[in-house]
Amino acid sequence: MAKVFSRRDFVVTAGTLLAVGSVLPIGSLILPPEVSAEPVEPANSWPDKWNGKEWGFVVDTPKCIGCARCVKACKEENGVPMDKPVFRTWVERYMEDTNGQVEIESPNGGLDISSVEGSYTKEFFVPKLCNQCKKPACVQVCPVGATYRTGDGVVLVDRQRCIGCGYCVQACPYGARFIHPVLHVADKCTWCYHRLVKGMLPVCVEVCPTGVRKIGNIKDSASTVSKLIKQEPVRVLKPEMGTQPDVFYISLDEVVE
Amino acid sequence: MSGFVYPNEVEVLWRLFIVLYPYVTGLVAGAFIVSSFYHVFGDRDLKPLSRLSLVAALAFLFGAPLPLLAHLGQPLRALNIMITPHFTSAMAGFGYIYTFYMIVLLLEIWFMYRKDFVVWSTEKNGFAARFYGLLTLGAKDISQKALDIDHRVMKVLAGIGIPAACFLHGYVGFIFGSIKANAWWSSPLMPIIFLLSAIVSGVAMLVVVYAVSCKIRREPIKIYCLRALNRYLWVFLIFAASLELIEVLQLGYEGKAEWPAISGLITQHIGFSYIGIQMAMGVLIPFILLPIARIKRLSDSMVKWLTIFPSVLVLIGVLTMRYNVVVGGQLLSKSMAGYTNFGFSWFSNEGVIPALVLLVLPVGFLIILAKILPPWMRPEDELETEPVEEVSTGTTGYPTSAYVMEK
Repeated sequence: MAKVFSRRDFVVTAGTLLAVGSVLPIGSLILPPEVSAEPVEPANSWPDKWNGKEWGFVVDTPKCIGCARCVKACKEENGVPMDKPVFRTWVERYMEDTNGQVEIESPNGGLDISSVEGSYTKEFFVPKLCNQCKKPACVQVCPVGATYRTGDGVVLVDRQRCIGCGYCVQACPYGARFIHPVLHVADKCTWCYHRLVKGMLPVCVEVCPTGVRKIGNIKDSASTVSKLIKQEPVRVLKPEMGTQPDVFYISLDEVVE
Repeated sequence: MSGFVYPNEVEVLWRLFIVLYPYVTGLVAGAFIVSSFYHVFGDRDLKPLSRLSLVAALAFLFGAPLPLLAHLGQPLRALNIMITPHFTSAMAGFGYIYTFYMIVLLLEIWFMYRKDFVVWSTEKNGFAARFYGLLTLGAKDISQKALDIDHRVMKVLAGIGIPAACFLHGYVGFIFGSIKANAWWSSPLMPIIFLLSAIVSGVAMLVVVYAVSCKIRREPIKIYCLRALNRYLWVFLIFAASLELIEVLQLGYEGKAEWPAISGLITQHIGFSYIGIQMAMGVLIPFILLPIARIKRLSDSMVKWLTIFPSVLVLIGVLTMRYNVVVGGQLLSKSMAGYTNFGFSWFSNEGVIPALVLLVLPVGFLIILAKILPPWMRPEDELETEPVEEVSTGTTGYPTSAYVMEK
């Protein structure tokens, strides 16, 4: 007897197809498999959290003693391999001799800074980190939109979308980005955004023994950072790039780029 | 490493694979534009290359994305640049431009070979017959009227292909030229320089491919064709090198803050590869040798060597130019206070051997494609291209103006 495609067959076939189809959507081959199913409460949605807030960072440059505790703490906090030449934050040392010659170094991101012999007329340290620019070149060039600026002004990388092309690394004028040696995606300082959203301070701010690093809401004119920016002589790095950084350096020597 | 380099810049990120990418893409664009000299602008001296140039372009187009793919940190997500493109990124255009170009090229080749597919599907036996039958896509009408339509469509496609090729490679230049953070890359001239050097490398590649294929097939090289390529190579070499020099002269003359760092880069850190190989070997020597081949009373073998040898130099020169841009730009630290080093490795970390494999792979594609789509002229085609003796010049049979018109 010829086989008839019965209603039962239809249900079974359609059910199987549906099951297979939902388990194996083509997109899963390409798109990240993990999508957070956590419901976001309306009152606590991201736009609400961001409302009226823009994070800003102030570096009180003269206070830095070059201990590089921030560098070590950052690597530990953010899972950046300690033994690889990649850094979310680092400390540079500037030494100017009597002839006006400036020597700059940042051995192992500052972790290997040691005392130096020689007489310098001027010597100072400069901590560096991501500038979380208002017009970030890295965001502009990302071909898949894996890197973006949050509503409260922090530039992040979506590790499940990043294809690891390295274009953002090339585009950053500050050398703040790198390809994570283990994850093979772009990585950078996030001002410890995972801590910020929980009301904690970035780890570099927390461990700094001299209070060089300060973070706060620059949209709030009463915040410490807003006051410092208003009262102290501050400048940003490479303003000519048009990136509009949100890290402000107090009393920074003009030689620093 | 000398001077101060930002800690994240110590290791060069874009290495030999990214050097290969603009090089191979350039060969594609160049080969295509050479084909258009015949198909669109009607330079009949290039008829012997009318098919070879397109098939070579296709072979190299197959090879172009491979180094990119191999370079990606997450190669499985490569297609995301087409599925979830971010349109402010120049790189997001790659998938679309590449695909569009591939379609134009495939269509043009299909229309060019359609008649042959039909003929082969009846002449050959067994698998080959069925294979070519399949390639006809069912369009088996080879009446003169149908062939005329083919010819017209092909011409339109070739016309579309020229801006597509320019865009494909101009875009590659834009990828680098639009990076304001990099003083050695950032330049509005970059797309034009890349495009012109692409044409230069494409012509040179065709000279070598044509010469080698004639050698393998034991056929005489058509000297008039070689001379035509020689002319184009020389002219485009002058355009490309002039722009490259003008750019550096302008930078030096303006002498802005970044100039000392750039000057240090091109005279010291890439001094040998920039001045020695790219400019002296890749431009100056070919610039002198190529026109010598155009002296009328020169023997054929001299013409051959004075075209083939400079072409090889040009190919090396353009590859070195890609290296000097891609790697050179990363040697100069964005701190503008120092330079990092680039260490060649053999195998790991985008080493020389895998890079060579990726460079030779398109040649392998070309050999396979040439078996499937023989790009060689058949005797009846050659008749159409033979110059009319009465107006030909000199002893080499090099034609000047008149040809037997095509049907």
